[in-house]
This record gives sequence, C-alpha cells and structure tokens, in this order.
Amino acid sequence: MTIVLETKGLSKSFGAIKAVLDVSFVLHKAELLAMIGPNGAGKSTCFNMLMGQLKPSAGTVWLNGQNLAGLGPRQIWRMGVGRTFQITGTYASMTVAENVQMALISHHGRVFSILPYAHRLYRDRALDLLALVGMADQADRHCAVLAYGDLKRLELAIALAHEPSLLLMDEPTAGMAPRERIALMQLTADIVRDRGVSVLFTEHDMDVVFAHAHRVMVLNRGQLIADGTVEQIRTDPRVQEVYLGGGTLFNPAEESADA
Amino acid sequence: MGFFIAQLLTGLANAGALFMVASGLSLIFGVTRIVNFAHGSFYMLGAYVGYSLMQVLPGMVGFWTSILLAGVIVGLIGVIVEICVLRPVYRAPELFQLVATFGVILVIQDLTLMIWGAEDKLGPRAPGLAGVVRIMGEPIPKYDLALLAITPFVALALWYLITRTRVGVLVRAATQDREMVGALGVNQSWLFTGVFFLGCALAGLGGALQLPKGGADLLMDFNILTAVFVVVVIGGMGSLPGAYLAAVLISVLGVFGVTYMPQSTLVLMFVIMVLVLMVRPYGLFGRPEVAGEHGQVGEPERPIKPAGAQVRMIVAAGLALLGLMPLYGSSFALVLTTDILIFCLFAASLHFILGLGGLVSFGHAAFFGGGAYVAALLVTYADTPMELAMLLAPLGAGMAAIIIGWVCLRLTGVYFAMLTLAFSQLLWSLVFQWGEVTRGDDGLVNIWPSSWASGTTVYFYLSLVICVGGILFLRHAAHAPFGYALRAARDSARQAEATGINTKRVQWAAFALAGAMAGLAGGLFVFSKGSVFPNELEIARSFDALIVVFLGGVKTLAGGVVGGVALEGVKDVLTRFEYWRLALGVLIIVVVILAPDGLVGTARKLAERTGLLRTPEDSK
Repeated sequence: MTIVLETKGLSKSFGAIKAVLDVSFVLHKAELLAMIGPNGAGKSTCFNMLMGQLKPSAGTVWLNGQNLAGLGPRQIWRMGVGRTFQITGTYASMTVAENVQMALISHHGRVFSILPYAHRLYRDRALDLLALVGMADQADRHCAVLAYGDLKRLELAIALAHEPSLLLMDEPTAGMAPRERIALMQLTADIVRDRGVSVLFTEHDMDVVFAHAHRVMVLNRGQLIADGTVEQIRTDPRVQEVYLGGGTLFNPAEESADA
Repeated sequence: MGFFIAQLLTGLANAGALFMVASGLSLIFGVTRIVNFAHGSFYMLGAYVGYSLMQVLPGMVGFWTSILLAGVIVGLIGVIVEICVLRPVYRAPELFQLVATFGVILVIQDLTLMIWGAEDKLGPRAPGLAGVVRIMGEPIPKYDLALLAITPFVALALWYLITRTRVGVLVRAATQDREMVGALGVNQSWLFTGVFFLGCALAGLGGALQLPKGGADLLMDFNILTAVFVVVVIGGMGSLPGAYLAAVLISVLGVFGVTYMPQSTLVLMFVIMVLVLMVRPYGLFGRPEVAGEHGQVGEPERPIKPAGAQVRMIVAAGLALLGLMPLYGSSFALVLTTDILIFCLFAASLHFILGLGGLVSFGHAAFFGGGAYVAALLVTYADTPMELAMLLAPLGAGMAAIIIGWVCLRLTGVYFAMLTLAFSQLLWSLVFQWGEVTRGDDGLVNIWPSSWASGTTVYFYLSLVICVGGILFLRHAAHAPFGYALRAARDSARQAEATGINTKRVQWAAFALAGAMAGLAGGLFVFSKGSVFPNELEIARSFDALIVVFLGGVKTLAGGVVGGVALEGVKDVLTRFEYWRLALGVLIIVVVILAPDGLVGTARKLAERTGLLRTPEDSK
C-alpha cells in the first residue's frame, strides 16, 4: 500500500511540558485512521503540528515524499491537505453555496480577481460538493442560521473543494447527535472508498471509531501506546487501562524518571 | 546640568494631567470596551468647572476643594452620559458606541460655549504656590513641584483601588472576561457606571489640576485627546503603570523637544509611538488581544447580492436627477452637491475596509488629506496640470497606504485602529510642522482646476463621474472574488488560511485600494476648494468618515454613501444656527439610540416589518 503521510519522531514541548513525544506513524492511501486518547493526551497538539498551526520541536512529517514540518497552513493546503476544525470555522455572512464557492475560487487561484461576480463562479461545482455531503437543499440558506451538524458537513464540502489527497478531521462529530455522527462518518468512509482520499481523524466517541476506522492509534501522555486494527485495540490491555482506569493513567516508574 | 534637571521636572509635572486623563480612558476601555472619544471633553469640563468653583471658593482650602469637587462633578456628568447615552447602545455592534461618544463631544463643546463663552479663561494661581523655587540656579514654578508630588499620590491611590479592594477585583475581572463577571452575579450595569464615574472623575481632576498652568479653552478637548491616545497606546490599553510611564515619557520628551527641536515636537511624539508599537505591538505593558475576545455583537451580516433590476432603475433615475441638477439647481447647490459627492467617495472607501474587512481604521484621513496634499504639492512646486495631479493623488495615497498598511496589519482590533491613528497623526504633524515645504498652518493655496474644468458646472460633472464611478467600482469589488475573500478573512481567518487564502495580503490590498480611493477623493477636494490645510489630515476628519460609516450602517453595502449624504446634508442645514454642534450632537445620539443597525440597516428592518420588503426566509 502507498504511504501518504508518515511522521517520524514528532515532538512538541511547551517549556518543560512534553505535550507530544516521539510520535511516529504512517497513513496509507485510502485509509481511515483514527487517533484516540483521553483528554490531554496530545491529540490536538499533534493535529496542530500536522496542520501548520504549531511548529514541531523535533521530528519530520512526510506527505507524499515532502517534509511539511514547520510549514504554514497555506503551504500545507497547497500540498493537497484539507481539514475540518474541532470548532467550525465558516463564513457567517455568506450563503452555504458561497462558502464552498470561496474555497473553489481559492482552489483556482482567483482570490484577487476583481471583475467577475463571485456568486456566479463555480456554482455548479459547489452544488455538486454540497450534494455529496447532503446539503444541496440548503445551498442558498444563510450560513449563520445553520444547525451545528450542518456546519460540520459544510466544512467537509469546503475541505473537499481542493480535491485533497489527505483529509485531517479534528473531532468531526463533536457536538452532534448520535444519529448525525454515524451519518457523517459513513459519509467520510464513502469518500475514502470512492475517491481514494486518506483520512486522519480524532474522536471521543468509541462507537464511531470502532464502527468506521480502518485502523486506530492510541495516544496517552504525549506518547503513542498502541497502533493496530480495531480488534487489536479493543483487546489491548494498555488501552483498556488508559480508558477504563487501572488506578493510574501512567506508568509510575516512567513518572519518577521524568521528575 | 541645572537646566537639564529643570526641564526634567517640568516634564514630570506636565505628565500629571496627561496620566490622569489617560488612566481614565484606559480604565473605561478595559471594562466596557468603549473607546471613549469624549474623554478629552470631560477633561475640558473639569477645567471649566474648576475655574468657576475657584471664583466662589476662596483661599488655599477653596482652591484644593475646587479641584476635588471638579473631579466629582465631572464624574457625575459622566454618569449621566453613561446612563442616558451609552446604556442603550451597549448591545449595538462593536465600536458603534464610538459614534455616540462623538455626539457627546459635540454636545459638550456647545454647552461649554453657551455657559462659559468663547473667551479663554486664564487659570487662577494656586494660593501659596505662586512663586518659583530655584534648583541649581534654574527657576521652577512651585506649582510644578506640587504637581510632582500629587501625581504619584493619585497613581498610588488608583493602584491601591485596583489591586487591593473588592471594587478593583471586579474591575480587573471585568477587564479579562466581563461575561463571566456577569454570570457570577455582579451587576454589570452599575459596574460600568461606576467605572465611567471613576474614569471621568480622573479626567475632570486632570483638567482642574492643570488650570494654573494652562487655563481653560474650547480647544482643550481635541488637543489632549491625541496625546492621551498616544499615551494609552504606548503604555498598553488597560495598563495603569503603562499609562504613567508613557505619560512621563511623552511629557518629558515634549519639554526637551520644545527646547532642542521646536520644529518637530509633534512628529517626535508620533515617531516614538510608531517605534514602540513596532517593537511591542501591544504597548509597553499591554497584553495581546485574545482572538474573538470581543465577539461580534448582534446578528451576523446578511449575504449580499448585486442589485436587482428594480434597484438599478431607481439608482439610475437618481443619478439622472443628479446629472440634470445644473438645469434646476443654484450654483450653491452644485457646490454643495460636489462636496457631498467627494465626501461620499471618501466614506465609501473607508466602508470598504471597515464594513467588508472588519478593519476599523481611526486614521483614514491620512489618505484623503494625503491625496489632497500630493496634488497640491505637485501643483505648487512642479506646476503639474490638474489631470496629472489628479491621477497621482490616488497613486501617492495608495503608496502611503501600502506602507502604513504593512505595519498596521500586523495588529488587529483596537490596536490596529490605534496604530492607524498614530500614522495619520504622524502625517498630520509632518505637514503641520514642516512649514518650509507644506506652509504648515497657512496651507497651500491657489490650486485651481485646468481652465476647461474651472466652471462650477463642469467641475460638478467631473466630480459626479469620478465619485460615482469610484463608488460603483468599490461596490463591484465587494461582489467580486476579492471582496468575498476580504469578508472571508473577517468571518473566519482560520478557515480562509486553511483553504489557501492569504488573509493578510488580501487585507493589505484592500487597505491600499481604500487608501487610493480616499486619495482620489482628496485630489478632487483640493481642486474644488482651491486650497488645502492640515486639518484635512486631522483626527476629526478621520472621525467624520468613521461616524458616517457607522451611522449609515456597517453591515450594509450602501451604508457609507447613505451616511455621507445624510450627515453632510444635515450639517449644511444645521450650520446656519449658532449652536449647530449641540443640535448635531443630539441628533447623532438620538439616531444611534433609535437606529442601532445604522440608517440603512434599520430602514431595511422597518420595511421588512411593515411588509414593504420581503423578509428573507432565514431571519424570521
């Protein structure tokens, strides 16, 4: 299988706190990979490094053979990475379709164009993308009045406008109703299958993870403690300890070594 | 050496009033998030009230009682203003309150004129402190020494209040997160009122304290306002030690500047401000603004669509009516309409960055006046023909906007606003003080249009074509991908960047475009008046445009133009009366309270409610 994304020794420390320590993993083409872990495990820090919000303290991130560690969000976007946010970021003053059209305008490099009417550009393509995420009937609604779950789907359409080879989704189903969660992850799985896109996502809802992920990584206290199929993760004693509690969330020996 | 120390002491003494006014402004901003433009007016009131009290209360005790009482009285006036004017508009969109405080400036100006008359009041000497003390041979006024002692005392009292008392805890908590303070059961309204009292009382105290040094006059309000903004920005918004340090820095520099560089005192102040901000963008002791801290208050802007056939017909009819004006209007009407057209282009250019980009510039006059001066200088020194000068005016202003924008866009929100203000004031002080080239206060005169365009009617048509063309161009740009990208950068910079939009560059280009358009308006202005003076670059000019955009409606495309027509039209009617400022100020305040969405926004809502306009399905 082709490797799309590969991190080697990815680390980030804030002062003396090692938020992420020596995380190495691979993501294959058309794979749906989940990153899970309790609060404070370093998931968001990891994601922010992949997305260019944070500069890694050490380590490399290879995307299709190019190192993107330390690049900004725009450059990472240009390399074919799409993303959705944990807290949605959409253009509240525009219609739903215009939100997607804006991404398409950027995709075609016409941000500084001053002559055409923006609301007429790439409208058909935008409607196609909205249809894909099941939002076609809401295309002309004011984005500010959308329900939260719809905003999440809209963000997915925005991310797909750039035809990314890799999609990073930070808690894509947070704040959604259970039924919506299943629907959104089913949609994501379909996109992975139909378009060969690779997806890395973080998630708190284990039902969602175990139902859809091809592979699961578990992060705890900044370190990768497990990486395997859903079945392997389910039965891994260390993962059970982290999630169900074995009295401690960490290895006491390791803790005293740190101190 | 003696001279040096004397200078230093004078500077420190001057810092007193400045610090009190600045700390008051800073406190009010920190808690209520209102940039109180009227703060200079409370300072002025303090001076006048103190003056009157000193006429009544005799002797040393009377003098000091007067000063204290002046502070309290001005504080109470501030409370009245807060309750009557600001309370109704706290919920209005961010910074809309600026317009209200601007109305307050006008009202206070005319009321002061009514009560105390136009003549400057000479401040009474402080009893027992009239003479001088010689320090190392240099005479130092005794009163300066008294001020030297009082200021740290006030500063310490304030510091104690803020850091050691329950009130102080509330104030500091509200500065950090006023929503949380409200959620914890603190009555926000009275906290705001209390802080307003304190802030205004400090301003009044400052005004009364400087009476023996400077007296009282009607220009005090704007004169100190600039210095206060500089102090607050250098010190860092919301920081008391910062305000103190910056007040001392500016005052001492001012005193030395007068001695060693009398030609560039003002320039010096703004150069220092710009330098400080370039190294420490949030001032010496300020803290960065947390993104989304102020949150967009009110409903989000609605999606925009290019005008439909019906609206286009109406606009075309209106333009035709304007175009036929020379047939039915007097030549005075033509001149007035030309003025309004030029002002509308200026306002529309500000609206472009403010409304679409969310970039609140306090210094847009830099480009209007800048364009005017580019044209005027070219004519004066190079005999440039009008056509070329009018082409180079927007180019020059655009270049200035590129440079100023590059520095200012590193900041956001109120800091961006303050930095633009600093730059425009820098430009103003350059023009004002660089007399050899710009003729300073005397202005550049005899700048007339080419002979073909010198008739009132021809120049009216020229302005009509250029201004309407410019406004339509800006409007089209709003509907183009560029305008959309500008809105995208405002709505969610995070998403825009993640989808490959270089938000800073988009904003930079928009800033430059707006600057060029303002410069074009400035070029038209200078040839219509035949002269230009430094006040076209002034803070008041920037405020004019700002008021107009907010009054018209930030969240509506037509806001700038409608506001421009309304304000200039009303001004023309009102200026025929003696106390026109009072009337205009009251009118502005009433409009602000009754129409918090601006004229266009409120009219639209009214039309929707009465069924004249169809309500969009989504906002029901």
